[in-house]
Amino acid sequence: MTKSNSLLLTHNSHLGTHSERAEIFNKDFDRTTWHDQTLYMVRQKRDKAAFQINDWELLRETASQIKNNVLSNMHDYLLQFEENASKNGIKIHWAADAKEHNEIVYGIISDYYRGEIPVDTFKGMVKSKSMLTEECHMNEFLAEKGIEVIDTDLGERIVQLAEEPPSHIVMPCIHWKKEEIGELFHKHLGTEKGNKDPQYLTEAARQHLRDKFLTRPIALTGVNFAVAETGEFVVCTNEGNADMGAHLADIHIASMGFEKIIPQKKHLGVFLRLLARSATGQPITTYSSHFKKPRDGQQMHIVIVDNGRSTQLGREDFRNSLKCIRCAACFNTCPVYRRSGGHSYHSAVAGPIGSILAPNLDMRANADLPFASTLCGSCSNVCPVKIDIHQQLYKWRQVLVQEGYSPTSKTLAMKGMSVVLSNPGIFKFSGKVGRMLMDKLPFLVNNRMNPWYKQREMPEPPEESFRDWYKKNRK
Amino acid sequence: MSSRENILSKIKQNQPKLLPLPDLSVLGREKYDLVEKFTEILEGIGGKVLQVSDFEEIKKYIISNYPINARVISTLPEFSDNKDWQTADPHSLKDADFLIIKGQFAVAENGAIWLTESEIGQRVAPFITQYLAIVIEKSAILPTMHQAYEEIGSKDYGFGVFLAGPSKTADIEQSLVLGAHGARGLVVFLV
Repeated sequence: MTKSNSLLLTHNSHLGTHSERAEIFNKDFDRTTWHDQTLYMVRQKRDKAAFQINDWELLRETASQIKNNVLSNMHDYLLQFEENASKNGIKIHWAADAKEHNEIVYGIISDYYRGEIPVDTFKGMVKSKSMLTEECHMNEFLAEKGIEVIDTDLGERIVQLAEEPPSHIVMPCIHWKKEEIGELFHKHLGTEKGNKDPQYLTEAARQHLRDKFLTRPIALTGVNFAVAETGEFVVCTNEGNADMGAHLADIHIASMGFEKIIPQKKHLGVFLRLLARSATGQPITTYSSHFKKPRDGQQMHIVIVDNGRSTQLGREDFRNSLKCIRCAACFNTCPVYRRSGGHSYHSAVAGPIGSILAPNLDMRANADLPFASTLCGSCSNVCPVKIDIHQQLYKWRQVLVQEGYSPTSKTLAMKGMSVVLSNPGIFKFSGKVGRMLMDKLPFLVNNRMNPWYKQREMPEPPEESFRDWYKKNRK
Repeated sequence: MSSRENILSKIKQNQPKLLPLPDLSVLGREKYDLVEKFTEILEGIGGKVLQVSDFEEIKKYIISNYPINARVISTLPEFSDNKDWQTADPHSLKDADFLIIKGQFAVAENGAIWLTESEIGQRVAPFITQYLAIVIEKSAILPTMHQAYEEIGSKDYGFGVFLAGPSKTADIEQSLVLGAHGARGLVVFLV
């Protein structure tokens, strides 16, 4: 995707379906191929890491069963977590939806400043990766209130400076080339013009963000796992940005979807073995930080968010999507994601898992996403918690068609197909017409109006149908 | 009804019927040469591992490998008697060059080292320091994360971290760069 294409997508987040946006992404053929290959390389790293563990499949099955238990006992685990975290000195908040989450965060900041938020740049927040705050559009909400949020994950900072959302939940700027990052940093951080060396650019970001960590009084992090038994929560990063933020700030806010709960501390052993190996092929992330109590003089808050999750819990066919630990293995393996890019999904969580989460939030706006798949099943095969992703994509299609949300062109085509296939006379006739047209008037199918012709040649039409051949050759 | 009550009642109504927790005792059967595996994995993720016989050897290494005027902080009496930094404003550690500490135990399968506040002195210390050194007893290397959480058991802490290697990122075109926001380098001394 060239940068102008990327901007076209990100600045019109409500414009266009997945396939329309993918078409823009695909205009740059070489870049699409590069994107595809980069992600497949990460998928191969995952395989290599997984194959080194003899019990890998047993680990996946165990993780899946732990998450099944969590879904079935969610109510009690949440109460247990709340009780234990409160005993540890952490303040728990509950948010029914995105708006309430953002208001709670604003309320915490406002209380810290006793209702008078000063007008200076040092009042703001450093944030480490939290897809939930993307889902809630928290940065925009706080910006309107005059509070600046600095994203501190390198990839997230890059897309933030470019005024884009992340295109991948683990590698937020996977669609950016180093030359473009060099240009972006030259403009915003004053790096040398033309310098595209990753080492040099990372060092510039380190210095730039170190200053933010040392001057911002509020840190927000996501939550990878919240342990009901002990009331602690675990945040995993490679860069150390969650810890630099949280341990220097006066206030640490952690935002979590309620499905992040796990029963006991020993279950972390299972999930930490799976998470990084599935995500990037690393044996574990550099830092797996266990936050149990605020440090002396610090406030620690956890915002537990529903935002549609309790509804998804009640959908028998789709509740398994709440088992997700956000490793993005399903993104990296997906042939459609790899060749359409994260921004084509117009949703905070893209890829196969995002395509089964998004319709729960807004069926009309996200009706196209379950169709952005070949149903090849690779996503389900790599999922560390064994979510039946491709089956849920298929089931969503049925629900969406029944509820009347399927795209008109698809509905018409399906209706036409149904008439042809259920009527042998019409089937025979249309086959004949098709072969004749492809032979005599090939431009009628070999044109840009036919989506099957894109990046493909149409096959030679057979001289006769199977039916005719069978009649002739039957002895 | 508050959001809390609303959310909880909707969850109670919508959650499926209770399913059992799986047995974890069948996991973590891997048999490793613990020192060899730990060394191989940690070096694979950018750490340096040195086998030493005593603290004198560690001191010699540090003196010959790090600049003399570096700000060194430590929770180990063998390296420093100064404990003031442990109770100072965490921001004051911004110019720390080198932190040397002792890890509770390490994990062979992934090169991770378990640290809590009692080992690190200040929560921010192992992240904000430019370089980090950790002493580990060879006998304190466990095979997998399952044994690691058994070892932690119900011991209390305010903050704990599994730390595996130096801080890193591959966000720029998947090129691995060490020293993103945390320590630029990690050396582990096995005693």
